Amino acid sequence: MTYALIFLSGLMAIVMWWLVRQTVNVKPWTEQRSVEIMQGDGGLSLPSVKVGLGVFLAVATSLFALLISAYHMRMMGEDWTKLPVPRVLWLNSAVLILASVAMQRTRAAARQGQLERVKSGLIASGVLSFSFLAGQLWAWQQMDAAGYFVAANPAYAFFYLLTAVHGLHLLGGLWVWCKTTAKVLRGVEVGKVRLSVELCTVYWHYLLVVWLVLFAVLLHTHT
Amino acid sequence: MTSITHDESAYVPPAEVEEPELYHPKSFVGKYIWSQDAKVIAVQYAITAIGVGLVALVLSGIMRLQLGFPHAFSFINPSNYLQFVTMHGMIMVIYLLTALFLGGFGNYLIPLMVGARDMVFPYVNMVSYWVYLFAVLLLMASFFVPGGPTGSGWTLYPPQAILPGTPGANWGIVLMLVSLAFFIIGFTMGGLNYVVTVLQARTRGMTMMRLPLTVWGIFMATILALLAFPALFVSAIMMTLDQTLGTSFFMPALVSQGQHLNYNGGSPILFQHLFWFFGHPEVYIVALPAFGIVSDLIAVHARKNIFGYRMMVWAILAIGGLSFVVWAHHMYVSGMNPYFGFFFATTTLIIAIPTALKVYNWVLTLWRGNIHLTVPMLFAIGFVFTFINGGLTGLFLGNVPVDIPLSGTMFVVAHFHMVMAVSPVLVVFGAIYHWYPKITGRMLNDTLGKFHFWVTFLGTYAIYYPMHYLGFLGVPRRYYAMGTTVFVPESAQSLNEAITIAALIVGAIQVVFLYNLIWSYFKGKPAGPNPWRATTLEWQTPHTPPKHGNFGATLPAVYRWAYDYSVPGAAEDFIPQNQPPGKKAKGLEQALDASDLGAQKLDGAGTPKPIGS
Ligand code: HEM
Ligand SMILES: [Cu+2]
Repeated sequence: MTYALIFLSGLMAIVMWWLVRQTVNVKPWTEQRSVEIMQGDGGLSLPSVKVGLGVFLAVATSLFALLISAYHMRMMGEDWTKLPVPRVLWLNSAVLILASVAMQRTRAAARQGQLERVKSGLIASGVLSFSFLAGQLWAWQQMDAAGYFVAANPAYAFFYLLTAVHGLHLLGGLWVWCKTTAKVLRGVEVGKVRLSVELCTVYWHYLLVVWLVLFAVLLHTHT
Repeated sequence: MTSITHDESAYVPPAEVEEPELYHPKSFVGKYIWSQDAKVIAVQYAITAIGVGLVALVLSGIMRLQLGFPHAFSFINPSNYLQFVTMHGMIMVIYLLTALFLGGFGNYLIPLMVGARDMVFPYVNMVSYWVYLFAVLLLMASFFVPGGPTGSGWTLYPPQAILPGTPGANWGIVLMLVSLAFFIIGFTMGGLNYVVTVLQARTRGMTMMRLPLTVWGIFMATILALLAFPALFVSAIMMTLDQTLGTSFFMPALVSQGQHLNYNGGSPILFQHLFWFFGHPEVYIVALPAFGIVSDLIAVHARKNIFGYRMMVWAILAIGGLSFVVWAHHMYVSGMNPYFGFFFATTTLIIAIPTALKVYNWVLTLWRGNIHLTVPMLFAIGFVFTFINGGLTGLFLGNVPVDIPLSGTMFVVAHFHMVMAVSPVLVVFGAIYHWYPKITGRMLNDTLGKFHFWVTFLGTYAIYYPMHYLGFLGVPRRYYAMGTTVFVPESAQSLNEAITIAALIVGAIQVVFLYNLIWSYFKGKPAGPNPWRATTLEWQTPHTPPKHGNFGATLPAVYRWAYDYSVPGAAEDFIPQNQPPGKKAKGLEQALDASDLGAQKLDGAGTPKPIGS
């Protein structure tokens, strides 16, 4: 549980720090006039969806941290074997990195208002992401064909579980990607999709980092 | 009163935050079924939660019948007794209390109290309810599948949860786990809304430190839930895989009923860690909203500002943070390194400090307050009693050497019912009596309410107080029948009978409450906008019940905290949060020439001097 605890302590520290900053040296029982109220604090000066995404990523990180904690605790078991890491995972990782790069470039294009580049960037990152998912399925296939079934060993079970949870998160992102791309293809102004593109970019980078961590975890397995 | 000509504060600039597009439903279905209005979603959550809570109540009655009068009822047998225990516990904790506090009160109160038109993501909010309902239906379905619901105890410990000897080890447990997973998904959707609405949608002037404590409690509880539920989610998925695909995450190698099972090397302790990593924060997920609500009920009905508002906020934060580092106090009996146990005992005792602070502050708020013994106030005071009671036994159980002999006995059952069952439920009742007038526009019947309170409150003591003694004697929990032992005397059985009678009375009396809810909806006394003369924004809406969008044409601006009660020199004994400072002087003069009641008060208070001028 150490990993989950470390993550949570970090997160709680940030939350607490922010909340305490909001609350020390404030004397709520004194009133304020309207002039001060105009400058009063109205949220975090970020769009609500961005804050929403941030909170969601915290929840997702909690989930992954707990999975990794569980992985490490279970690894202590005597029946644990080394995971025969399918080679294709290296390729998949590269594809996911490219997808992230494409997203980043889409975001830059959206900021500059270049519709054509947004279009091509979105399509590129979408295609790359779907290829990544296909690659992951292929890895499953290889594992399965080689007889490394899910129930045969906890190391295999964790492999399937971690990749599945990560893949489902990516699918969720691709749903937003679909809606955004459909809008772009219909030719809406860039301004209308800029926020969605930014959200996708953040989410893609996040999932890339998660994948790299998970991959490292899967590679680092003792026998 | 026309003397105040220039009042800068009377002018409120238009909101600089863009007003959200509200969804405008036309049909009945859009308005009340697929509604995106947080208030309607709140009521949907509340009705579903109370409905499923009644099932859990009936189950507890059946269990008590068995414990009080063993062998008298042939329809109760050892295996369905365990199923009833499990379903009762899980429903009460998750599907009733969590859903009601966060989905119900959270949805209703957060937008109104922070001065927002709605939650920030209304569509997601709506989906949240339907996913919750689906989870409830899945859970209820487990009563009808082959083998019935799971009987593994609400803690669902493997390996027994999925072994053939346990009732519901095939269908029941899977339905339970899948239902929990859906509950968590639905909750996450709602939880994102509650957190982001508090962060982003506060109206002008509503700083974090002007939030009513109710919002603070719900806010922090939601953060805890968002971070802790993933642990339950992970364990639910992994156990489902163990059950269906035969993986060995939690299942060790074992021989069951003479057969070697295909499991190997799994770790039941891992499950316990994951479960309690969620399970302990869960206690605070239901307690923190209750803390917040009680603070507000006490302040309103004692006509006093809450004692130590900032301390209350910090205590909520401290409890929230600490609640993640105490989970293993539920695992003292699983065998752990003594230093580990020492660490968790210490953190457990430390968390008592902010908790005790809150209790002192409630009592100090009551101290010399102008206490109105309204029904909400009675429930709030009742909560303070039961909570102190359960909290003290918690201090005992937090110590390893005390816990080891007592865990697994009725003492634990008595402890957690006092602290996390009865206490939050009393707050739920108090809150319903308090906010029902806003939700429906009518008051609940006072006489019935007082009757409901006294029977419930005294009944609780009659049920749980003696149960501590049964625990001392060594009467175990989750036992269908005791049989004969050398250590439990005959008289324990008569005590059990008495407890059962009290439990049945308390259970039956809830009908009076339901009757009151329904009767008052049609026939109750009209409440007016602000029957309790409270300061918070939900009582200042132009319409009661508030319309979709809550606040009419312009959002309120907030000038003060939520606790301006009995301010010396003020005309009334409360000043709404959205009343500008200048207005008070105006109100004052009005009072001086119009109402002798106000004037009398002013006499006592010395020279009237508007604060803030
Ligand atoms: C009139 C109200 C209630 C009565 C009479 C009652 C009675 C009982 C009984 C007889 C048991 C089983 C004891 C055993 O054999 O081990 C039990 C267990 C439990 N109850 Fe209640 N209860 C009530 C309300 C609540 C509420 C409101 C909650 C909400 C938190 C709650 C949570 C639990 C839990 C978590 C368990 C443990 C289940 C398990 O051992 O797996 N109860 N209750
Ligand atoms: Cu605990």
